[in-house]
Amino acid sequence: MAPTKDKDADRIESIINQNLKLVYSDLVQEELPDRFKDLLAVLKAQDAERKETK
Amino acid sequence: MSHHEDPRDGLVDHLPALRAFALSLTRNGATADDMVQDTVVKAWSNIDKFKPGTNMRAWLFTILRNTYYSSRRKRSREVSDTDGIMTASLSVKPDHDGRMQLTDFKKAFETLPDEQREALILVGASGFSYEEAADMCGVRVGTIKSRANRGRAKLAEILQLNDDEPMEMTDSATMAVVAGGGPVLS
Repeated sequence: MAPTKDKDADRIESIINQNLKLVYSDLVQEELPDRFKDLLAVLKAQDAERKETK
Repeated sequence: MSHHEDPRDGLVDHLPALRAFALSLTRNGATADDMVQDTVVKAWSNIDKFKPGTNMRAWLFTILRNTYYSSRRKRSREVSDTDGIMTASLSVKPDHDGRMQLTDFKKAFETLPDEQREALILVGASGFSYEEAADMCGVRVGTIKSRANRGRAKLAEILQLNDDEPMEMTDSATMAVVAGGGPVLS
């Protein structure tokens, strides 16, 4: 394969990866819905209850 | 057995990344949150299957994707798969000033099949190696590479990254990345 072709593929891969990282980091930075903190609290409480009843 | 360091205490730290992965995979906020919820419950009750010292994020991502694909299999028996329907009609031209917008990139990305989006997010955005991604998806490394390559080729086609003016596109594409407003890593 011609070297320019490889260079082109590298360039495209790098553009795409940079944009993927932007999209992904936007999503990571979204505020986490309360339901997940609530869920963890419920799971924790259930475990504690189970231990007590043993 | 000592009780210190319950690995479950570490779950919360991975939730933003887990949810980002779920959103990329499902392309739907409500479905993504249901997937994250299922994953947290499964991880919590199967925590004995997690090997301390291994990558908890990879473990959680694996649970989530398995949950997603098994529900997709169930769904596809009921309704036909709509993946790829938009692909044929979508083609994004750069703006008059030649800049690619992040929203255009997102739109193009969402037209890719699940497996290609997954491979690209795992290796292109969330920092997993091809080996880790292959392990998480239960396929060979070559399969992950080919999924990522096919996804990139399709994106390049939709976004017209293969234009005849490589120099100009390099500049404008770099600008688009900066203009996207994300953190610029040095």
